[in-house]
Amino acid sequence: MKTGAKLLIEALQREGTDTIFGYPGGSVLPIYDELYDSPLRHILVRHEQAAAHAADGYARASGRVGVCLATSGPGACNLVTGIATAYMDSVPLVAITGQVPTTMLGNDAFQESDIQGITMPITKHNYLVKDTSDIPRVVQEAFYIAGTGRQGPVLIDLPKDVNTRSVKEPVVPEKVSLRGYNPTYKGNKRQIDRAIALITAAERPLIYAGGGVISSNAAPELVTFATSLGIPITTTLMGIGCIPCDHPLNLGMLGMHGTEYANFAVTECDLLIAIGARFDDRVTGKIDTFAPHANVIHIDIDPAEIGKNKRVDVPIVGDVKSVLTDMIDGLKKKNVCDAWQKKIQHWKQHHPLRFGEKNGCLHPQFILQQMNELLKGDAVIVSEVGQNQMWTAQYFCFRKPRTWITSGGLGTMGYGLPAAIGAHFARPDVPVFDVAGDGSIQMNIQEMGTVAQYKIPVKIAILNNMYLGMVRQWQELFYDRRYAYTELPPVEFVKIGQAYGIDGIKVESCDEVMPALKAAVDCDGPFVLDFRIEREENVFPMVPAGAAINEMIGGHPRS
Amino acid sequence: MKAHTLSVLVENKAGVLSRVTGLFSRRGFNIESLAVGPCEEQDMSRITIVVIGDDAQIEQVMKQLNKLIDVIKVSDLTDNERVERELVMFKVTADQGSTRAEIMQIATIFRAQIVDVGAKSVVLQVVGDTDKINAMEKLLRQFGIKELIRTGRIAILRGTKTVTSSK
Repeated sequence: MKTGAKLLIEALQREGTDTIFGYPGGSVLPIYDELYDSPLRHILVRHEQAAAHAADGYARASGRVGVCLATSGPGACNLVTGIATAYMDSVPLVAITGQVPTTMLGNDAFQESDIQGITMPITKHNYLVKDTSDIPRVVQEAFYIAGTGRQGPVLIDLPKDVNTRSVKEPVVPEKVSLRGYNPTYKGNKRQIDRAIALITAAERPLIYAGGGVISSNAAPELVTFATSLGIPITTTLMGIGCIPCDHPLNLGMLGMHGTEYANFAVTECDLLIAIGARFDDRVTGKIDTFAPHANVIHIDIDPAEIGKNKRVDVPIVGDVKSVLTDMIDGLKKKNVCDAWQKKIQHWKQHHPLRFGEKNGCLHPQFILQQMNELLKGDAVIVSEVGQNQMWTAQYFCFRKPRTWITSGGLGTMGYGLPAAIGAHFARPDVPVFDVAGDGSIQMNIQEMGTVAQYKIPVKIAILNNMYLGMVRQWQELFYDRRYAYTELPPVEFVKIGQAYGIDGIKVESCDEVMPALKAAVDCDGPFVLDFRIEREENVFPMVPAGAAINEMIGGHPRS
Repeated sequence: MKAHTLSVLVENKAGVLSRVTGLFSRRGFNIESLAVGPCEEQDMSRITIVVIGDDAQIEQVMKQLNKLIDVIKVSDLTDNERVERELVMFKVTADQGSTRAEIMQIATIFRAQIVDVGAKSVVLQVVGDTDKINAMEKLLRQFGIKELIRTGRIAILRGTKTVTSSK
C-alpha cells in the first residue's frame, strides 16, 4: 500500500525529474512531507509565479520537461501567468497543484479554486485526479503530452485526500496510448517534393525560422539545409540561436524590431519558407503586405498553425527536424541565388543596426556588446520584457540554441529572474544572466531571496532608465510625449541586493561597464549590476503597429 | 459564410463539454446548435455542433478541436448525404375548443404529437429538420407560444459510412 503523495513522487522520478520549483501550503502538505525524504531537489521560491517561470526556464534551457508545485487556491492561481507564458511559447511544463479534499470540492472551501477550469484555455491538457490509483498513469500521460508534439504545459490538480489515501500500487502502463492524441512527426512525401520543386525554382528564397526549430532541436539541420542552398535565414524572437549570429546567411530578427535587411528580404523574397514559426502579428505587421511576392512553404508540427494567419502554398505538417532531414536528402540541384545574396549583402552593409548619437551617455546597446565580448556566446541569457528584451535580441550575439530565454508570445514582465533561476539548474556549467529593466525586475524582485538562499550564481543586469521604457517609447512616438504613469522613481538596486546578501555594483559610465561585468562573472554567487543608462534611449528600427514591415522608423534612408 | 454540421467524437470524461465550448467562445466561433449524449462506444460521447463560418474559419475550428486531447475525431458532415434532425416541444395557448381543433390539425399535418393537454394549453412535440420546425413555429405563433424548447440538431451520414474512431 502506498499513499498518493508517494505514488506522485515515484512517478516524477520515473519521468527523470531531478528538480521541482515550488511553494508549500495546506493542501500540498502530504506531498511536501514525502518530498522531504526523496532524492528530488526542491527549490523554494518566494512567489508561485516564480515557480512556474523557473520550471519554464529550466525546460527551455535543457529541452526537458520542467516541474512546478503549488498549493490550492491562491497558490494555484499564482501559477496562472507562468502557465500562460509557457503555453504561448510552447514550453513543456508539468504544473502540480494541491486541491481541497474531494468531499469539499465545489463548496467554496478554504483556499479552493477551480484551477482546472481556470487553466483550460492556457494548458495543452489538464487533470483533476479523484482516484489515488490514477496518479501514476496521469503523471505519465502529463509528461508525455507536455513533451511531445507541439510542446506545452499540462496541469495536474490533486485533492488533499487523494494524496493521503493509501492504495495498492497500481500497474503503470509501459507506453502512453491516447486515442485522441497522435502528433504527426513525419512530413508528407508529396508535399516535401512540392516544396523542393519550389525551392529549386526560386530566385529569391528566404527562410523564416521560429521557436519550433529550437524545440525540435533542429538547428544543425536548419544550418545544413540553408548553407547547402545558400538561402538566407531570418529568425523570430523565439528562433534566435538556431543559427549563429555571425553566420553569413543570418539576417537576424525580423518584425517589429527586426533588422532593416531582414524586413526588406521578407518584402522582396519570392519564396518564404516558414519553419516552426506562426506568423505572429509582431512578426508580420500588416499581414496583407507580409511577403507580398512570395510563395509560402510552412513547416510546423501543429496543423492548426498552418493557414491560420497567412495563406500557404505548400503546407508540411511534421516535426521540423524530421522534415528538414527529409528535405536535405531530397535536394538534387544546388541553388545559390547569387544576385539575391548580393542584394542582401548590400542591405546588410548599408542598413546595419545602429545606436547612440549622444556621447558620454551609457547606451544599453553598448553594454550588450561588452557582455558579448566578455562571454563570447558561452552563457545563457534570459531577459525580462520590453526594451531590455529587444536590445538583447538585437545586440547580443547568440551562437547556440537554448542560450536565449525570453517570454515571446505572452510578453510577461517579471519572467526573467525566476526563469534565470530555472536555467541555472539546467545549465550549471555556464554563466546565466538576467538582462532586466528597472520596471520588469521589480515585478518579481522577491526572487532575489531564492537566489540568495541557494547561492544561485545568476547575474542580474538591470538596464535602469527609471521608466517603463517600452511604453514610454510608444508614448514618445505616438502619444505626443505624454508620459502617462511610466516614470519610476530611482531605486538603489545594489542596496536591495545587499539586503538579501547579494553583492552588486552601480555602473554610471562606459568605462565602468567591462570591469563591472568581469566582477559579476568572477563572483561565485549571484550579482547585481545596476546600469544607469541613457533614460530616453529607444529601440530602433521599429515598425509602427499595423504598418507594413518594410515601413520602419529609426532606420537608414533607403538607398 | 454557411452553417456546417460537425460531428465530434469525444472521451466520455468530466469537463469535456467545457473544453469544447470554451474553445468556441475564446476563439470567437459561434455555435448555432449543440447536442451531446452517449454513443455506441461506452466510454465515448458524440457532440453534434452546428457552426457558422467561412471555409477558413471552419478549417480552424476543426483543427483546434482536434488539438484537444479528449477529442477523438472531428468530421464535417456538411457536404455529405445525411439525415439531420431536431426535436422540439412547443407549449401553445389553447383554451377554446376551436383553437384546439386547429392546433391538432397543424399537428397532424406536421406529424407532430400532442404529449400533454392542460386546461389552457397543449404541448406539441415534433421531430424534423430546421425548415420544418421553423415552418411549424410560424404557424403556431398565432395561438401564442408560451414556451419553446429544442434539443439541438443531431446528424448521421446516410448509407454505410460512419463517423467512428479510426481504431
